[in-house]
Amino acid sequence: MSILVRVEFLGPIQKESLEIEITNLKQLADILQKDKEIVQWLENSAVAVNDTLVSSLDIALKDGDKVSLLPPVCGG
Amino acid sequence: MLYLYDGALNVPKILTDWYEEEATSNYGAYIPFVGTVRSEDGISGLSFDIYEPILKNWFKAWQKKAETKSAIIKMAHSRGDVMLHESSYIAAVFSPKRRVALEFIDEFVEDFKASAPIWKYDLKDRQRIYASERSTAIKGSGLLA
Repeated sequence: MSILVRVEFLGPIQKESLEIEITNLKQLADILQKDKEIVQWLENSAVAVNDTLVSSLDIALKDGDKVSLLPPVCGG
Repeated sequence: MLYLYDGALNVPKILTDWYEEEATSNYGAYIPFVGTVRSEDGISGLSFDIYEPILKNWFKAWQKKAETKSAIIKMAHSRGDVMLHESSYIAAVFSPKRRVALEFIDEFVEDFKASAPIWKYDLKDRQRIYASERSTAIKGSGLLA
């Protein structure tokens, strides 16, 4: 069975969501580092898996998981 | 409670509603913070994107923190465009004693600025321009770099 993960880019990152076959965040990092539209955002973006912020790449992803990239914020 | 509105906040109504909701709750202090859009750098207003699922989780964590101090927090924020001299943000703390509320509102608003998943844009010359210089990377950013 293939594992399909949805990747969303929030706020000012102008990119449509992706559906990709990955099983962990390290694989996602490898893909996004090669994406010219996204690479500039990676240094300053936080990462959430299923709407919870994460601080490690060692997270296994399951089919249907959602990964979100959150660029720098400024509410108020 | 967390309240999200399209466009500018109705400040008098929100402050009055919150006051009335807690008027007999026996809190000794009600400390509101109202953020107003100022005229600077030729902007005609600001605009906001909000990612609600994470904002709601962030706010719940602060509600729990408030409970441990016998306090409650309320927050209102705008989605979309808010023009000059209008309000996009209100936060308030109610607590039995004033010292707790004064300290808590400060901590809460600081963390809001650093962590809440809200993105700000300047409205200028009919464009919506991301306020990158004034934005803060969320703690732990750069994981995928």
